[in-house]
Amino acid sequence: MSSIEFRKDLFANERDDNLNEVGKPTIRQDILGHVTGSSKYYDDHLFDGLLHMRCVRSPHHHARIRRIDTSAVERMEGVVRIVRPSDIPRNLNTLLSLINFGRDDEELLATKKVAYKGEPVLAIIATSERLARDAVSAVRVDWEVLPHVLDVEEALQPNAPVVNDEYPNNTFDYHERYDHQKLRFGDVETAFANADHIVEGEYQMSPIEQAPMETCGAIAAPETNDRIVCHTSTQALFFSLGTTAKLLDMPSSRLHFVGGTVGGGFGGKVDSLVEPMAVLGAILTGRPVKFMWDRAEEMQVGAPRGAERWRIKDGVMSDGRIVARSFTGFFDSGAYTRLSSYAIIKGTGHLPGPYSIPNVAANVYCVYTNRTPATAMRGFGITGVDFSIECQMDKVAEVVGMNPIDLRLLNAYRDGDMKAHRRVAKNTALIECCQVVAQKAGIAIRPDLAKASSLIGGGGDRAVIPETVTDQASRIGDRRRGAIPTEPLAGATSKGRIPAGTSGEPVVAAEPQREDMRIDPARVGHAVSTVPKSASTSGPVTTPSVVSASATTPGPSGAVRPAPVPTVSPASTTPARPSAFAAPIPPRPTTPGSPAPAAAVPADETPPPSPSTPGGSPHDPGKPFQQGVRRPGVSRFLSGTRRR
Amino acid sequence: MLTVETYQTIQQAAGALHGRSRYLGGGTLVMRAVNYADQDFDHLVRTRDPNLRAIQIEGARIRIGAGCTMADIIGAADTAFLAPVARAIGGPAIRNMATVGGNLFAPHPYGDLATALLALDGIARLTDGSEQPVEALLATRNQIRGLATSITVVRPMGDDFRFLKVSRVKPKGVSVMSIAVWTPRSGGRISGARVAYGAMGPTPLRAKAAERALEGATRDRSGIAAALAVATDGLSPADDSLASAWYRREVAPVHLRRVLLGEDDTR
Amino acid sequence: MTKTPVRFVLNGTDTGVFVDGGANLLDVLRRSVGDLSPKYGCGQGTCGACTVLVDGLPHLSCLVLAEAIDGRRIETTGGLRQGAQLHPLQRHFMDGFAAQCGYCTPGMLMSAKALLDRVPNPSRDEVIEAISGNLCRCTGYEPIVDAILSAAAELRGRVA
Repeated sequence: MSSIEFRKDLFANERDDNLNEVGKPTIRQDILGHVTGSSKYYDDHLFDGLLHMRCVRSPHHHARIRRIDTSAVERMEGVVRIVRPSDIPRNLNTLLSLINFGRDDEELLATKKVAYKGEPVLAIIATSERLARDAVSAVRVDWEVLPHVLDVEEALQPNAPVVNDEYPNNTFDYHERYDHQKLRFGDVETAFANADHIVEGEYQMSPIEQAPMETCGAIAAPETNDRIVCHTSTQALFFSLGTTAKLLDMPSSRLHFVGGTVGGGFGGKVDSLVEPMAVLGAILTGRPVKFMWDRAEEMQVGAPRGAERWRIKDGVMSDGRIVARSFTGFFDSGAYTRLSSYAIIKGTGHLPGPYSIPNVAANVYCVYTNRTPATAMRGFGITGVDFSIECQMDKVAEVVGMNPIDLRLLNAYRDGDMKAHRRVAKNTALIECCQVVAQKAGIAIRPDLAKASSLIGGGGDRAVIPETVTDQASRIGDRRRGAIPTEPLAGATSKGRIPAGTSGEPVVAAEPQREDMRIDPARVGHAVSTVPKSASTSGPVTTPSVVSASATTPGPSGAVRPAPVPTVSPASTTPARPSAFAAPIPPRPTTPGSPAPAAAVPADETPPPSPSTPGGSPHDPGKPFQQGVRRPGVSRFLSGTRRR
Repeated sequence: MLTVETYQTIQQAAGALHGRSRYLGGGTLVMRAVNYADQDFDHLVRTRDPNLRAIQIEGARIRIGAGCTMADIIGAADTAFLAPVARAIGGPAIRNMATVGGNLFAPHPYGDLATALLALDGIARLTDGSEQPVEALLATRNQIRGLATSITVVRPMGDDFRFLKVSRVKPKGVSVMSIAVWTPRSGGRISGARVAYGAMGPTPLRAKAAERALEGATRDRSGIAAALAVATDGLSPADDSLASAWYRREVAPVHLRRVLLGEDDTR
Repeated sequence: MTKTPVRFVLNGTDTGVFVDGGANLLDVLRRSVGDLSPKYGCGQGTCGACTVLVDGLPHLSCLVLAEAIDGRRIETTGGLRQGAQLHPLQRHFMDGFAAQCGYCTPGMLMSAKALLDRVPNPSRDEVIEAISGNLCRCTGYEPIVDAILSAAAELRGRVA
């Protein structure tokens, strides 16, 4: 502990920095349960008459389901219920629909085709795990195997198999306009032309499985008064609650979710696939149902950190200054969107890394392939590109013959510098980190750089947003009509320029999808700004002739904002409704031949239909629970307390 | 559902085996299949036969009961030469469970002990009293009738026997490959060498080209050079999640040199 | 469905249950007996979360046929403390922050106890070897090893 060195001077303006915990030993509040083996993970709740649910899964990367024969199963001992897609009230979802980002693109149980190995098509509930497994083995599925694509750039070819019917171009639609996320800052092409060296590199990361010790799962059981209790491994209790309510088309007030004690997650337990299945099982059978992945499922079906491929091109001066950097990035989203679309927004906002580079451009693609869908894992969206950037920095150092730490110090961002996503950097401290690393590792650095400070020399000219070259290349669907280049500005038929100093546009925060999830200002304890819907029809900030200006910037700066929930306004539950993300979209230019995506439909002004579930009207958060649940959490099936 | 049958002797257990049953030894392989509901069997056959865990010296050889666990091998003074092999398998819990007999049937990439038994001229005794060289048993293990009751191996002199397990995770991991060599010498020259690889094919296999190249050689850098040149001749390692076939071929001569010369592979 | 009676001593208490054909010890302890301290992590002998002691030796309960433990002595983390008194291993795991999510902890404690019961003064390498079959994903091996070593020191102090 004594080796920790605090440099509070670098963050003096930020916060009260009297650290109460860091650097001091502490006892976890939950550790007594851990060391006595009495912490209750989701599977540590005993229920009499517990049933077990298991899925029939695809053995193929990509296949059409011709027919499913369950006749043998129907006669089997111990089989209580066969769960079919038709049992799911609303069998289509995308995880971020809860913040209205992206379109529903994934079925809980696939109906027509499967797009990754292990995708579930049917579930069986039986009286024991073994019987459920035996029954799953007895299901006969007639598959029509389809051609598959497992590589991101092959998936971008015009003739590539369509992985995801909702996104037939194999790319996520960004801002209802492009098949990728753009970032434009300055003029990379001119800077490349004037640079002494061009340094290019390609970097690839494989998918990484979070591999928590506890596998994903949930136990759901009927509770008193028509509620369902669900003990879950989720890392995102309200994602799971909202997703379950949506897929099963029931008010979330009927769902009593219990989580919080998680046997490791690391991002792998946010996808909310197990909770709707367990709750559905409990509803269909009226009994407690456990849906738990085994280790093989955790590894094969559990969504990993996605693979990423990055190509970086740097323009470098002989003295080591990087004057331009362009990125072409491919995120392997797997078969469905999950969180990759968001990871790209986050990652693009991070470019060009912790360095001040006056000209930056990026095209980043969220690509669908027939691999296991990707999801969150520790810093996802940043980790892969940071790996690439730092490898690239070493490569640049070698080309210009500099010590790699000197190169980083020379190019490091400083407090007050403008970042490419048009936010001013603060609390940068990279310079000081590099200096300490060099000192501890015994590496000599240049005397002038040894004296540098992140607090000095930033801002001024470095705080100015440069005049920026823009393009409209590779709009949604263009790639299906013929191969076109993927890198920034390549293949652009015309380019625009937006004046120096142009910031992005304000982005309307996402809306909750369900009525009963609307934020009540009185409950959150602070003001909640609601943006009027008319904002979505307001004109662009920049001149009308510069059509692409808005799309060059709002993503990174705005995208991170929808995540904090408080700034939210009313919602819709209509599945086909376009995303309200990046609402202030300039008038769509009429591009001949371009498809008219559903996104062109004006925002739905009608209030959302209220769910007409037998459970009654949605929970009104303004009032305390009045649904007759006198002892929430107590199930008549609960037997754990009796036994222990 | 499964039916479990328990017998007093291994011979009775062997007699009860049929196409839909599996013999349960230490459980590390069969119970895994049970847990994942392997549909190829619905009967488990087991025995309480105490004779399966005996270890006894028979002249120049030693007989090891098929029911001996890895921990039994580590604990017995007479099998000290095999202790480093047994210790390389699993963690302590696995070693308290996994048996010698089971290791002969462990699929790729398991079977490190079987690799050592192969190098030490192992001969298995089956329930019908017949004897079969480990090499032949491994080659036909998918069709074999009956059960192994014990295995005899030579008791190597000095440091004639050496073993190396190569894994990517420290301190414990599954084999990228394991290598067992037995190099008896007379007058300083190797005579009757045995070189066996684990995880370089579907079963542990002998590297016969390398064995021939060691014949009459001295156990030093120049003496073994010819064997290293043919280190993987006749072998077809597979690609798997641990290593590619190419990688296994590339590194095999390096590891073979280390094990033959007793070089520390650095942990 | 045929059930087989099995009797064993669990943490010092005579215990009898009826088990299904092919049931493993982990499921029987958790579901039939109600001792939830051993955890399911893999069902294939890779992770060590289900480690229990059978006659004092660590075993992976998910790979132990339940009816094979008839007449044996089983110890789990659920029975590690003596009444209100924590076992020194438990206390040092607490004080040394040797558990984060806690899911591997019951298995770690059993592997550690098996070591300390036999080797009162283990080297660091022996401790690492003893827990080499127990995976931890929150990356806590170093504090776990430290906790086991300091618990060993305390136990030795008691004896001396």
